[in-house]
Amino acid sequence: MTKRSTWSIPYLVFLVIFVVLPLLLVAIYAFQDAGGRFTFSNILRFFSDGDALSTFAVSIEIAIENTLICILLGYPAAWILANKKLNRSAVTIILFILPMWINALMRTLATAELFNMFGIPLGKGTLIFGMVYDYLPFMIYPIYNVLEKMDKSYSEAAQDLGATPWQVFWKITVPISKPGIISGVMMVFMPTVSTFAISEFLTNSKIKLFGSIIQENINSSMWNYGAALAFIMLIIIGITSLLAGNDDKEAAGGLI
Amino acid sequence: MKRFFAQAYIWVLLILLYSPLILIAVFSFTESKVLGSWTGFSTRLYENLFAGGGSGSGSLLSAIENTLLIALVASVVSMILGTIAAIGIFNLKGRKKQAMTFLNSIPMINPDVITGVSLFLLFVFLHFTQGYVSVILAHITFCTPYVVLSVMPKLSQMNPNIYEAALDLGATPSQALRKVLIPQLRPGMVSGLILAFTMSLDDFAVTFFTRGTIGLDTLSTYIYTDARKGGLTPELRPLMTLIFLLVLILLLVINIRQVKAKKKAEKNEKVRRYFNSRAYSGRL
Repeated sequence: MTKRSTWSIPYLVFLVIFVVLPLLLVAIYAFQDAGGRFTFSNILRFFSDGDALSTFAVSIEIAIENTLICILLGYPAAWILANKKLNRSAVTIILFILPMWINALMRTLATAELFNMFGIPLGKGTLIFGMVYDYLPFMIYPIYNVLEKMDKSYSEAAQDLGATPWQVFWKITVPISKPGIISGVMMVFMPTVSTFAISEFLTNSKIKLFGSIIQENINSSMWNYGAALAFIMLIIIGITSLLAGNDDKEAAGGLI
Repeated sequence: MKRFFAQAYIWVLLILLYSPLILIAVFSFTESKVLGSWTGFSTRLYENLFAGGGSGSGSLLSAIENTLLIALVASVVSMILGTIAAIGIFNLKGRKKQAMTFLNSIPMINPDVITGVSLFLLFVFLHFTQGYVSVILAHITFCTPYVVLSVMPKLSQMNPNIYEAALDLGATPSQALRKVLIPQLRPGMVSGLILAFTMSLDDFAVTFFTRGTIGLDTLSTYIYTDARKGGLTPELRPLMTLIFLLVLILLLVINIRQVKAKKKAEKNEKVRRYFNSRAYSGRL
């Protein structure tokens, strides 16, 4: 048995080359000037770059709004879907998962076309609307997954002990489904901050998100500044995943 | 009454979620260039799509080919690499296992833009010419972790001794692998493969950064450039409709298969218990 642990070596080598080394390169480029000398100037430039800072603030704001709307709309949906009394058909669940499998750019473009057809001007409103369209399934699915596996006897016990349905919901169901919510937030929040094509489509490039300025800098060969922006984002991801802990993995797994 | 409101909520949400796709599907049956003006029923756009005619849909066809080719190669390689890796990680212990699991989770946590930019810097650093190979390598990077996660549960469900038993009974290691290990892991490998395939199809950002300057287009990058030029190629409408139907059928088939497999497993369990009880009572 122990010999077969060596089977992980090819993948370890692969991960070092294609995951660890690239991330190290992001850090190295972030702390280098164009001539390859060590410098803090790229990082400092971000904090004095008004455009980049406001883009960053807007990205965080839109990501928070998007995440909150997704929870508000998605939680009840997940709860109903997981409730055998309220939903007997498996087809509705498949219908909610299905958009996750269709190219996000296509879905976004279809949404933008819908707004165009009805003559709705593209801007912040359409951006948030389209983002919710795109990311709602990613919030519903992990919450549904946790609620579906939840042991019903907890809420029955609470009910027997005299809790009102409202109390059962807030004190039993919501705490138990927390890993699902955390996983959903991870799947909605960070992608919203980092997206670039989606925001361009939905606002006609009027509103830029953080992903867009990373892309613009890299594409115009400003590798060091682009890498510095990516590095800042990596730090944020690191902090959020530390805060979220490890208990979200189970809910996200098993997408089929 | 409660059930009525619950169902109404679900269906309103679904209708909202699907309205753009339905709109695209409806307008795939008319020739009009702009969405929203109906110029009579026609299947011309479908014909154009497959014949490669129409405005710029020749490059659309090659983008579809590229997308499928990249997804196929990336998902098959990911499946093989991920399965071997899962067996290895499963047999690791303590710190080493934790470290591998952590490394494996990085590509899943990273947003596409970070994965794309970091791999772009890698290929620049290594002076590696970017094109098909770099895109495929990049796709393998973000697909393999999902294969590992799909195969892992099958390994923990498996009886760890059967592989050794096969060897003891005279099977060569390759026979034991083909006839014992792989059949046990197959469901996990297949769902990992499907997941990897669809993730590769869906990708935009990573492809965008690693495709280089040779003019390589996948469906996503084609759509991106197309939409930036202003106006969507009308042939994309039938294409979206077909993809939508394909995914729907695929998901239904997978789910029906899963339900069937579950039933079969329950039945086998019943039969086993029946024989066990007979054996214990000494009547067999």
